[in-house]
Amino acid sequence: MSPAPAVQIMPPEKPVPMVSAPQQQPPLAPEPETPFKVEVQDLNVYFRANHAIRHVTLGVKPQTVLAVIGPSGCGKSTFIRALNRMHDLVPGARVEGRVFVDGEDLYARGIDPVLLRRRVGMVFQRPNPFPTMSIYENVAAGLTLNGIGGNHAEIVEHCLRQAALWDEVKDRLRHAGTSLSGGQQQRLCIARALAVEPEVLLMDEPASALDPIATAKIEELIHELKEKYTIVIVTHSMQQAARVSDNTAFFYLGELIEMGPTAQIFTNPRERRTEDYVTGKFG
Amino acid sequence: MSPASSGRPTASHTDKAFESDLRLVREKLLAMGAKVEEQIAKSMRSLTDRDSELGEQVKESDLEINRLEVDIDELCRKILALRQPAASDLRLITTALKIVTDLERIGDLAVNIAERAMDLNQAPPLAAYVDMPRLAELAQEQVKRALDSFVRADPDAAQEVLAGDDHLDDLFVKIFNELLAFMMEDSRNIRRATSLVSICKHLERIGDHAVNVAEMVIYMVRGTDVRHPRSRAVES
Amino acid sequence: MNLHSSFTYRKVVDRGMALVCALFFALAFIPLLSVLWLVISKGAAGLSWSFFTQLPKPVGEVGGGVGNALLGTLFMVGLACLIGLPLGVGAGVFLAEKGDGTVGRSVRFMAEVLSGVPSIVVGIVAYALVVIPMGHFSAIAGGVALAILMIPTLARATEELVRVVPASLREASLALGVANWRTSIRVVIRTAMSGIVTACLLAVARAAGETAPLLFTALNNQYWNTDPRQPTASLTVAIFNYAISPYDDWHAKAWTAALVLLIVVGLLNIASRVLTRSRLKGAR
Repeated sequence: MSPAPAVQIMPPEKPVPMVSAPQQQPPLAPEPETPFKVEVQDLNVYFRANHAIRHVTLGVKPQTVLAVIGPSGCGKSTFIRALNRMHDLVPGARVEGRVFVDGEDLYARGIDPVLLRRRVGMVFQRPNPFPTMSIYENVAAGLTLNGIGGNHAEIVEHCLRQAALWDEVKDRLRHAGTSLSGGQQQRLCIARALAVEPEVLLMDEPASALDPIATAKIEELIHELKEKYTIVIVTHSMQQAARVSDNTAFFYLGELIEMGPTAQIFTNPRERRTEDYVTGKFG
Repeated sequence: MSPASSGRPTASHTDKAFESDLRLVREKLLAMGAKVEEQIAKSMRSLTDRDSELGEQVKESDLEINRLEVDIDELCRKILALRQPAASDLRLITTALKIVTDLERIGDLAVNIAERAMDLNQAPPLAAYVDMPRLAELAQEQVKRALDSFVRADPDAAQEVLAGDDHLDDLFVKIFNELLAFMMEDSRNIRRATSLVSICKHLERIGDHAVNVAEMVIYMVRGTDVRHPRSRAVES
Repeated sequence: MNLHSSFTYRKVVDRGMALVCALFFALAFIPLLSVLWLVISKGAAGLSWSFFTQLPKPVGEVGGGVGNALLGTLFMVGLACLIGLPLGVGAGVFLAEKGDGTVGRSVRFMAEVLSGVPSIVVGIVAYALVVIPMGHFSAIAGGVALAILMIPTLARATEELVRVVPASLREASLALGVANWRTSIRVVIRTAMSGIVTACLLAVARAAGETAPLLFTALNNQYWNTDPRQPTASLTVAIFNYAISPYDDWHAKAWTAALVLLIVVGLLNIASRVLTRSRLKGAR
């Protein structure tokens, strides 16, 4: 048997048709001693009348990587953006349901999304270093912009090392962040996200704009970051999901179709639609 | 079973070249299976009909089976390298890679049977091989059913192959005992009887390979590995 | 058509179009060059230190300068900046950040209408708003008129500049746990800043070149004046007055004053380049 999966589908609060398949399976090994780091319960996201995310329920164990896959427009990005309340600022967007980080409901009253986002960092599809800032300033941005003190130089070095970028930039920290190559910029953005010491790292197609070598570096980095962080990564590349993640969730038309250990999703998915997607029979 | 696990695609791949590559794997496997079945039949007929000409044919056509094995292997490697198949496609390819070895081994065993038969045909017949054609029939049927279960992606049929192996084994033991009796009766029978034992052993091995194929078919369709349940029980 | 002949055909068309473009460029450049040439050739002769520092002298007297007009222009443009830059930039930022509502749409519409209003109309408005209540012409009235001219274009330019800051930068900042308003100021506006500075300096340069709205707001003054409540000289009005006079001597002075104005505008342009140059190495 494969090792007990670190993530399992939560029993939905109300009957939700699309998670019916996993219920047919023998119950996954219960591990009550490891609570979920991120837990989503009956999450719904609406953009005005458009019901973009439908009744999604899942959990992510600490120090694991969850890959979210699915065809374009299936709601993968919408889903992870709900995990750090990035929809708050989108006019017409409405989020229902619960998202817990360490048991704390992000959408409860009185939760400050600003403080929350320091715990749930995010890396975006295209590298987006601040163009007016140097490499050093970019990494320290989360600290300076938030007025957080401390030994910035040390933190910057530490984060750049964690992002496997230090050796490449240590002699030109005062250069513009945008002077770096695409892959380096993306690692710079990862370092920047790490500087505010998040616990969860959301990555929205972090390597989709990068060449294979830069992609490999990012993937290697994900393996290392997993030691400390809980990571949710959206990716278009199924091979990438297969390479970096412990668990994979397949979204289609805003629904979570299936979630399970990555090896299972890619060798023996339980749902027809997952099967069709991973074998390339969509569209 | 949930619908996703059906080994046969209902929708087709967006990439038509991929689709046709996968179809080619299936077709070649089927061609190889048909060839192998024919080999078993011929080799046994060369024994029962005392027809050494047929035995020669068996040795001849084994080359073709070997060529098919190499072909299918290469095609599977190409698909793995270029397409990174997943899910049912991945299971089809791994299944193909494995059963192709089994089929090739069955082919070799048929050649061995043919060689023994040609050898035996030089000497007068030992006795009526009453049960032996039955054993051959059973083995051939096992192979055929295993291949059918592959064609139809039918795990239930494959399961029957697994169950059917016991009949084959029982019959083998029975024949073996009979041959043993022959040998004890008259030491001049020993040479020919051992040849016959070998042939039976080959048939029994063919049955085992059919079981391997059937197990892979179950994996291909359901994604669950049914082999060696005990050794895996120990592990977990 | 075979491959070769179509290739030749495309090459010919390509050359032809390039030639046409070059021709139009030259046509557009001729007036520009001739303006520069005329102003320099006719104005350079009268250029001297005293021209910048002295008051104008009556007809017939040798020497004299446009010192008071230069000072007046700088003074009134400064006043206009005090009023116009904060209002224009502020309105632009507002439009970019919150400009999707009814208020935003109406502000944007008014800014568009206002930017199309001829400057002489703006002068009349300033006359009605400031000169009549005060009872006389003044630098303040001139400054207000110039400010009204600056605000709409500046607002639209600022809005565009803030809007083209990629949303991904705002998101990056928000994802770091930076508050929304702080993100707007420290990331979004900061990124648009070099563009905004350029827009401001161009607006200033344009205001410095206005004549019509100053004619009946600041009027003119023969003497040094630093009192905002008093009529004030300006380079543009000085040029106007010199140019329509019947004296050759004054005509020459008009050319030289025009040259001074060009120098002022040129310096502002250079200043905008220097100010907005990135301090970072390797910046693109």
